[in-house]
Amino acid sequence: MAYNEEGRNDRGIGPTATNKIRTGRQAKKYCRFKRNGIKYIDYKDPDFLWKFLNDQGKVLPRRITGTSLKYQRRLSTAVKRARHLALLPFVTDKAK
Amino acid sequence: MALEISTNLANIKVMYETTFLVSPELSDADYKKVTSKFEDIIKKGNGEVTNFEHWGLKRLAYNIGNHANAHYCYVEFTAPPRLIAKLEQEYLFDESVIRFLTVKVDKHHAAFNKKRREQGFGKKKEEN
Repeated sequence: MAYNEEGRNDRGIGPTATNKIRTGRQAKKYCRFKRNGIKYIDYKDPDFLWKFLNDQGKVLPRRITGTSLKYQRRLSTAVKRARHLALLPFVTDKAK
Repeated sequence: MALEISTNLANIKVMYETTFLVSPELSDADYKKVTSKFEDIIKKGNGEVTNFEHWGLKRLAYNIGNHANAHYCYVEFTAPPRLIAKLEQEYLFDESVIRFLTVKVDKHHAAFNKKRREQGFGKKKEEN
């Protein structure tokens, strides 16, 4: 995973350790579904779902993305459906 | 009494959406035959097709059997719940269908689908 100058990862979510060291304070994490008013997570859009997966194709934990429990649950079902339809891989070792 | 309940059940309609993957080896004519077959199954089972999308030949994220590509078909429809078991059975019988997924559409999902149809997301995907 690549980190840019702001200390955020290349997907633009999750404050990282580098950010912590530089400012001494972490930016507050938030649930992007709640903030943007997204009520349904589409399983047919793999590009969007990739934002919440690591390079291996595993779902990122809530403590990193800041997603609320309600939407983390919906996210995981969306990812599972996408995997079934071969829109997302079950396992991969390539960085996207 | 029992008869009454069964007739009522047949009248209930629920929104669904189904996606199925068709083998890439088929010719264009055969592919059309397969897709129209499943459309007919929905219509004959007292269902109503609201949206039918062909996403075209897409690369799979992982190989299914010997296939690395597949034609994606996406259908939105309303139908009595009994139809779903029959539809999925037909998917299993058909050798050209390599994967399928049928999902019940809830309130938020329906709102999303409506917006998606209006903005023409489906068309965008066809071009790609």
